[in-house]
Amino acid sequence: MQRIINDPNAVVDEMLKGFVKCHSDLVAPTNNPRVLKWKKAPVAGKVGIVTGGGSGHKPAFIGYIGRNMVDAVAAGEIFSSPSAKAFYDAFKAADGGAGVACLFGNYAGDRMNVKMAIEMAEDDGLTVKTVVANDDVPSAPKEELEKRRGVAGEVLMWKIGGAKAALGGNLDAVIAAAQKAIDNTRSIGIGLTPCTIPAVGHPNFTIAERKMEVGIGHHGEPGIEVTDLKTADEMAAMMLDVILPDLPFAGKDEVVVLVSGLGATPVMELYILYQRVAEILDAKKINIYRSYVGNYFTSLEMMGVTLTVMKLDAELKALVDLEANSMGFKQFEE
Amino acid sequence: MQFFLNQNGTAVVEAIIETIQANAKYLSEIDGAIGDGDHGINMNKGVTLCKKELASRETGLADALKILSRILMMEIGGAMGPLYGTFFKAMSKACQDKERIDAGVFHEMLRAALAGVQDIGGAQVGDKTMLDTLVPAVEAYEAALQDGQDFSAALKSMQAAAAEGKESTKSLVAKVGRASRLGERSKGNLDPGATSCYLILNSAADAIVALIE
Repeated sequence: MQRIINDPNAVVDEMLKGFVKCHSDLVAPTNNPRVLKWKKAPVAGKVGIVTGGGSGHKPAFIGYIGRNMVDAVAAGEIFSSPSAKAFYDAFKAADGGAGVACLFGNYAGDRMNVKMAIEMAEDDGLTVKTVVANDDVPSAPKEELEKRRGVAGEVLMWKIGGAKAALGGNLDAVIAAAQKAIDNTRSIGIGLTPCTIPAVGHPNFTIAERKMEVGIGHHGEPGIEVTDLKTADEMAAMMLDVILPDLPFAGKDEVVVLVSGLGATPVMELYILYQRVAEILDAKKINIYRSYVGNYFTSLEMMGVTLTVMKLDAELKALVDLEANSMGFKQFEE
Repeated sequence: MQFFLNQNGTAVVEAIIETIQANAKYLSEIDGAIGDGDHGINMNKGVTLCKKELASRETGLADALKILSRILMMEIGGAMGPLYGTFFKAMSKACQDKERIDAGVFHEMLRAALAGVQDIGGAQVGDKTMLDTLVPAVEAYEAALQDGQDFSAALKSMQAAAAEGKESTKSLVAKVGRASRLGERSKGNLDPGATSCYLILNSAADAIVALIE
């Protein structure tokens, strides 16, 4: 294991400390060492945006704390849900009196801990509503949408939900916008190498040399097939072949495209893939309204990529256009 | 009539802690085959925190279970934090005002734990989860009591059924939780939750038998 760490069991706590020191203009610590908040949170009268999940996905989740984005985040162990207490403390840190929107991914642990945290918050008279991201197409068939897991599409859900809250939307409006965002978003991943949880010390799955796993999850969950390693152009076509028919996306649609590395793939290669994605969409007369390419939602040191496409309407367009300032997502008008 | 005193029952929780600590690596290994390999790490972290807290004060069975549940729920997270947190909380509640823990009280504790886990987890027997151990274990315990067997004999029936239930997960396809993403490929591996549930029930039963004899 070639890693820049101290104690493998302390990686999350040490990372959080470093993050707070580096980004003190954006984030602030809270009384709970596993909860970080936007420096200006809570904002009186604004719906608080909360997310959380297992660590190891940088910039997710704490990297999306900031202006017009997420107000507070609960951070779990590597690939393991934060505790109910951490979610509850994040709700409290984000609560500006207008309720809290908890926008998180569809994983059993997160669901249970959020559920328990909401019960705790209700005892305090705090209203929390949720949107559960399920954008990963290969993780379950379309008839079982509710079983699909949340992957990089979560970034767009936070962007939209964060923008709606910043523009003064009430809790129901924020939840509706975030739900609309994820309902119109589809993702797929391809993995080229496994990843290693430092405290475990060895990869917990394998991908053979010159092979790739199509549909891999953010924690190495197996995908739909293992094939020979393809070219970037072939990967782009394979990924679009899975996600475009699923919504389905059609000609004249306006979309946001998000290409994220899984941690160890050079950003250069993400642009190689993106250029073919853009060509194929162009040929299908699907109009790219905005694109984001980079490491947005990673999986430790896994090599690979996720492709996310979100279909826009007028409301989503306006919300995706809003400025944002967080470590992982910055957008300013020229 | 076999029983032990609630105030002497901390030993049961200590036995659970020891078995999880001893099997932490094994649990992570089997979790690595179909999950993300952290089950043993997280459970070990929870029980080790609990051990420290138990060492700092006098408890009985109900208090010790409550401390364990609170740590798992509040500090551990993952899927197992809420599941085992609920499991031990329900057990603690079911015995908190009982001076003596006899076969009937322990039956109520098992029933409450099962109901709690079913409520929060939403899984069924056959889904390849801890319920594949817990449900047959509780049923075997009940059947033994109805059969007129005493506390320690019923616990032995529970242990045997728990072991069998755990082994049954090897041939099952996971339907819920992270391993369900593997579909058919989850077959051939033990479920980590079913395995830790077996270890917990088995060590608790051994500790209770030692207390009542």
